[in-house]
Amino acid sequence: MSSFLAFTIFGLVSGAAYAIAASGLVLTYSTTRVFNIAHGALGMLLSFVFWDFSVRQGMPTLLALALVLFVVAPGIGWFLQRFVARDLGDAPVSVSLVVTVAILVATLGLAQQVWPPEARSVQPFFAGTSFEMFGFFITAHQVLTIALSLVVAVGLYVLLNRTRIGTAMRASVDNPELLKLFGGQPERVAALSWAIGTSLAALAGVLLVSTIGLDYYALLLLVINAFAAAILGRLKNLPLTFVGAMALGLITSYASGYLPTEGLLNSVRNVVPALFLFAVIIAMPQAQLRIGQVKGIVSAPLPSPFKALGWSGALLLGVMLLASGMSEANLLLVGTAATYAIVMLSMVLLTGYGGHVSLAQITFVGVGALAYVKLDQPNLVGVLLAGLVAAGVGALVALPVIRLTGLYLALATLAFAVIMDKMIFQADFAFGFNGSLNAERLSILTFQVESTSAYVWVMALFFVVMGLGLLVVRAGPLGRMLVALRDSPAACGTLGLDQRWFRVGLFAVSAGMAGVAGALYAGLRGTVGAAEFQFFGSFTLLLLAVVFGVTSVTGAALGGIGLMMLPVLQADYPQIAGLFFVVIAVGAILLARDPNGLANQLFRLGHLLDRRFGNRIRERIPVLPVPGGSLGGMREHARAEQDANAHAEATLDTVGLGGASHQAGPEGTEGRKETAGVQ
Amino acid sequence: MSSSPVPSGGGHRADVRGGPLLEVDHVVVQFGGVTAVNEACFTADPGTVTGLIGPNGAGKTTCFNVISGLQKPTRGKVRFQGKDVTSMPVHRRSKRGMGRTFQRLEAFGSLSVRDNVRVAADIHRGALAGLLPGGGHGKNIDALLERVGIAAYAQERADSIPTGTARLLELARCLAGDPKLLLLDEPSSGLDETETDAFGELLRDLAAEGRAILMVEHDMDLVMAVCDTIHVLDFGSIIASGDPAEIRRDPAVQKAYLGYSDEDGDADGHTRTDLPVVTDDTLVIPAVREGAEA
Amino acid sequence: MSGVPILEVVDLHAAYGRIEVLRGVDLVVPKGAVMALLGPNGAGKSTLVKVISGQKKPTSGDIHLGGVHVKASGPEELARLGLCTIPEGRSVFPNLTVEENLLLMSYAGVPAEAVLETAFAYFPRLKERRKQFAGTMSGGEQQMVAMSRALASDPALLLLDELSMGLAPLIVDELYETVGRITETGVSILCIEQFARTALKISDYAAVMSGGRVVATGEPGEILETMSDVILGGAA
Repeated sequence: MSSFLAFTIFGLVSGAAYAIAASGLVLTYSTTRVFNIAHGALGMLLSFVFWDFSVRQGMPTLLALALVLFVVAPGIGWFLQRFVARDLGDAPVSVSLVVTVAILVATLGLAQQVWPPEARSVQPFFAGTSFEMFGFFITAHQVLTIALSLVVAVGLYVLLNRTRIGTAMRASVDNPELLKLFGGQPERVAALSWAIGTSLAALAGVLLVSTIGLDYYALLLLVINAFAAAILGRLKNLPLTFVGAMALGLITSYASGYLPTEGLLNSVRNVVPALFLFAVIIAMPQAQLRIGQVKGIVSAPLPSPFKALGWSGALLLGVMLLASGMSEANLLLVGTAATYAIVMLSMVLLTGYGGHVSLAQITFVGVGALAYVKLDQPNLVGVLLAGLVAAGVGALVALPVIRLTGLYLALATLAFAVIMDKMIFQADFAFGFNGSLNAERLSILTFQVESTSAYVWVMALFFVVMGLGLLVVRAGPLGRMLVALRDSPAACGTLGLDQRWFRVGLFAVSAGMAGVAGALYAGLRGTVGAAEFQFFGSFTLLLLAVVFGVTSVTGAALGGIGLMMLPVLQADYPQIAGLFFVVIAVGAILLARDPNGLANQLFRLGHLLDRRFGNRIRERIPVLPVPGGSLGGMREHARAEQDANAHAEATLDTVGLGGASHQAGPEGTEGRKETAGVQ
Repeated sequence: MSSSPVPSGGGHRADVRGGPLLEVDHVVVQFGGVTAVNEACFTADPGTVTGLIGPNGAGKTTCFNVISGLQKPTRGKVRFQGKDVTSMPVHRRSKRGMGRTFQRLEAFGSLSVRDNVRVAADIHRGALAGLLPGGGHGKNIDALLERVGIAAYAQERADSIPTGTARLLELARCLAGDPKLLLLDEPSSGLDETETDAFGELLRDLAAEGRAILMVEHDMDLVMAVCDTIHVLDFGSIIASGDPAEIRRDPAVQKAYLGYSDEDGDADGHTRTDLPVVTDDTLVIPAVREGAEA
Repeated sequence: MSGVPILEVVDLHAAYGRIEVLRGVDLVVPKGAVMALLGPNGAGKSTLVKVISGQKKPTSGDIHLGGVHVKASGPEELARLGLCTIPEGRSVFPNLTVEENLLLMSYAGVPAEAVLETAFAYFPRLKERRKQFAGTMSGGEQQMVAMSRALASDPALLLLDELSMGLAPLIVDELYETVGRITETGVSILCIEQFARTALKISDYAAVMSGGRVVATGEPGEILETMSDVILGGAA
C-alpha cells in the first residue's frame, strides 16, 4: 500500500511538470495555430542555460531561475514568434511542421555547440529537505513542483479571464481579424503567448532536469508528453489538459512501478506517453472536410522522359566510374548517400506530391532493414518483401489517424517512431539491446553482388529505377489524383475519391520505399543495429529534404548526398558539430515556404544558362544526349516530341514555372458567409 | 430560351422508378444556436432545372453541403434515387451519380485545366484504374472542354484563370463523371452576358439529356430563363415555390430580396417607428423568426 | 456638404491573385452623412469594405479618411484613428462573454466603464446577459453587442457590412432603429446592405456597385428604382 502511495505521489509530481509544459503548448497553439514541436527542445535548451547560470557561473539558484524564466525564455519565445513562426498559422500544416522541426534541430545544435557533451548535473531545489507524510517521505522539490503547477494553473486562469491582454488572447483565438478591427494587436498577443509558452517549457524542463538529467535528447520528447496531455483538451482546453497531464503522470509512474522488469513489457515504461498519445488520437472524432481553400503550388518541373533517362544514365555511369577507384570507406559513404536518397524519394511522394509530413521515415528504414535480415532471403524477393513489410507497418500507423488532419498524422508518426526506437528495435526479437544483426548482400538472378563497388552501383540502380517510377506515376493518373487531393480534398470527395484509403495507400507506399532503402542499407553495411534508426534521424532527413527540394527526384539525390555528408562533416570539424544542425535548420526555415528547395534553384539556373549559352552549345554539339548541358533546351525538344507523340503528361507542370502560388476566387469574400458554418 | 423540359431518355440511364431523383425531406441544420436550414423540403427531377434562390446567408450553400454529404443535417433526410443517403460518405454519393460545383472555387490549382477534368475522369473510373495507362479518354476530355466553352484555356493552370472560367471548369469536371444530378453553386457569377446566355443553353441541353439540375444562382435573368421550378429560401426556410412567373409575382420574394415591399408605406426618412411590423400574410416567416431567435 | 469629406475613395483597384475585383471605385462620403452602398452579389461591396478597413491591401488608388491619406495603414491603426468597422457575419467573439466583448472595445480609447455604461443604456438586455458567452446568444443580440461598439466609441466613420445578414426582419428593424439613433449623433456612416429598402430609409445618399465599380449615386428615391431592376431582373 505504501508503495502504491509512493508511486501515486511520484506520478502526480511528474504529472505536474507535464501539466506545466502542456499548458504552455496549448497557449501557443491556440493563440497562433502553430504547433511547436520544439517545445520540449526549448525546455531542454533552457535547462542547460539554467545549469550554466546556477552551476557554471555560480549564481544564486533563485536569481538563475528568475533570469531563465523571466528574461531568457520569454526573449527566445518572442524572437521565435516574431522572426520565425510569424504568419505560419495561415500556412499549410506541413510548412509549420517543417519550421518547428527546424527550430527543434537548431535548438539541439545550439545546445551541443555551446555545451559540448560532458557530465553535468543539476541539484533538485532545496536538496536534502523533505517532509514526512503518511509514513512516506516527499522531497521539498516534489512539493514545489506540484505547488508550481497549481500556481501556473491559477496564474493562467487569472491572466486569461481577468486581464484585458488575456481577454485579447482568447479573442485572437476566436477571430484575429476581428480583433484588429477592434483596434487590438494580434501580433503582440501572439508574441506574448510564445513568450509565456517558452517560459513554461523552461519551467517544466528545470523542474524535471534534476530527475532525468541534463541530456540533449531526453527532454526533446517532453513534447510528446505535453502533446498527449493537451490533445485530451483538443489543444485548447486548459483544465482538461491538466487532467490529461496528471493521468499521464500517474500511468507512467504505475507503469514503472508495476510492470515486470523483464522482457518486452519492461520497455513499455519508456513509451507510455507515446502509447497514451495513440490511444487518445484513436478516440478522436472524424475531422470534417474543409471547403474554401484553393491553393495551387508551383512544383518543380517534371522532366521529359528523354531527359530523365539521360540523367539516369549519366548518374549510373558516374557512380560506376567513381566507384571503381574508391576506398572501401568512401564506397560505404556513397552507399549511405544512395540509401538516404531513396528515403528522400519516399518523401517526395508523401510530402512533395501528397502534402503530408511523416516524422518516422528513418523508422521505416529500420523496419525494412530488420525485415530483410529476419527474412534471410538475400535476393530481390527479400528486398521486395522487406519493402512490403514496411508498407504494411506504415498502413497500420496511418489507419487510425488518417481521418484526422495533417498535424495529428505527423505527431502520430513521431509517437510511432519513439515506440519503435525505445521498445521494438531494442527488443530481443529485433536488433537487441545495444545489439546488431548480420545481413548478407543480395544476389540478383543467381548473380551474387559481392564487391562493395558493385553493390553501391546496384543501389544507385535502385534509386534510378524508383526515381523513374516516381516520375511515371507523377505524370500519370495517380500523380494527378495526388496533386488534386492536396489542392482540394473536398472536391475530390465530391468527384468520388475515397480519400481515406487513398491516403493510407500513399502512406504505405512511401513507407515501403523507405523499407526498400533499409533492406539495401542492411546489405551494404553487413551489420545493422537499432542505433542507426533512432527517431531523431527523421528530423534531419525532413529538413534536408526540404532544403534540397522535396518535390523533385533531383532534390532527393542531392538531399541524400547532403544527409550522408552531415555526420562526416561533424566528425571532421567536431568543434562546430552543433553549428551544422543550426545551419541546416536555418536553411529549412528559409526554404520551408518553397518546398521545391535548392533543386529548383538549380533548374532555374539551368534554364538561365540555357537561355544565355544553350544555343551556342547546341550548335557545337548536334548530338543530343549530353547531360549537364542544357536543361531548357531539352524541355523544348520534349515539347516538340510530345506534340507529335502525345506524351502529354511530361511537361504539364512546367506551365507557370517561376510564378508564385496564389489564391483563386474573387468571389471568396462575398461568398464566405454561407460556407463559414460548415467549417 | 428553350421549350418545355424534355423527359429523360436518349441512352442516359435516368431513374424511371417514378418519384423524384433527389428528395430533401425536412432538413434542419443548426450551428450552435443558429438555424441555418429550417425544415427545408424540395425535390429535383430528371430532365429539369430547379433553381434555389434567396438572399445571402439564407442557407443555400448549406443545403448543397447537406445534399452532397459535406455537412450532416441536425434532422431530416436526403433521398437519392429513392434511397436514403443521409449518412452516406461524400464519395459514395458521387459514385451514385451526384456531382457538384462550389461557390468558393475548389479547382485543383496546381493542375492545368485539362488535367483537372482528366483527374475527374480518372477518379470516376476508380482509383485503381489509375494504375492503368490512361489512354482512350483524351478525346472525350477535349470534347467536354469544348462543350462548356473553355477549350481555349486547356493548358492554363487552374489557379490562373478567371473566376467565370473556373466555374465552368468545375462544371466540366463534374460532367466527366457523367452525373445524374448536378448541384451548381452560383455557376454563372463571373461570366459576362454573352457567356451567361451560352451557359443557359448548355444547362437546358444538360437537362434535356435527362439529368436533374439543382442550381443556386443570383442572376435572376438566368434563373427566370432556364429554371422549370424555383424555390426561394429565406432564413433557412422555403418561403415560396413555383415556376418563374409565379415567383416573380410573389410578394414574399420581393420582401426577402428587398427588405420591405411597397405596401410597407412610402419611404419617410428616419422615423423607424412608422414602419409596420412584418404582417403574417407571408406563409412561413413567423415560424422562421422564432427559429432564428431560438 | 461643406468641408473635407470623411471618406474619399479615388480610383481604387484590388485583386485576388490575378483576378481584379475592384476596378476603379470612386466614392465620397460627406461628413455627417449616411451613405448606403447597394449592389448585387459579387459586385465587390465586401471587398471594398475590406480595403477601406485595412484588412486587404489595394493594388492601386487612394483612400482618405477625414482628409488623411490612409492607404497603407493596418486595420488596428485605422481602428485607433476612429474608424469603426462592423464586418459581415458574426462580429463578436463567440467564446468571450458579453462583458469581455465590450471590454475589448476600449482599444478605441474609451474607458471600459464608459463602454459598458453606454451599451447597457442602449440595450438593457445585454446587461442581463453580461456573463453569457456571446456565441450562445441569438444573431440579433450578437449584433447588439457589435452595435454597442459603434455607439460607445463615437467613431469618425462607421462601416456597416450587411448588418441584416441571416437575421429575421423584425430584428433587422430593431437594429436599424439603433443605426438611426447613431445617425442623430452626427456620426458618418457607410452602410453596405442587401435589403435595399431598409438601408435606404436611414440614408441621405446611396451608391450602387456593380462589376467592381460604383455605377450610380444619388438620393435614396432614385436609387430604389434602379435597384429593383438590378436585383430581381428587369421584367419584375
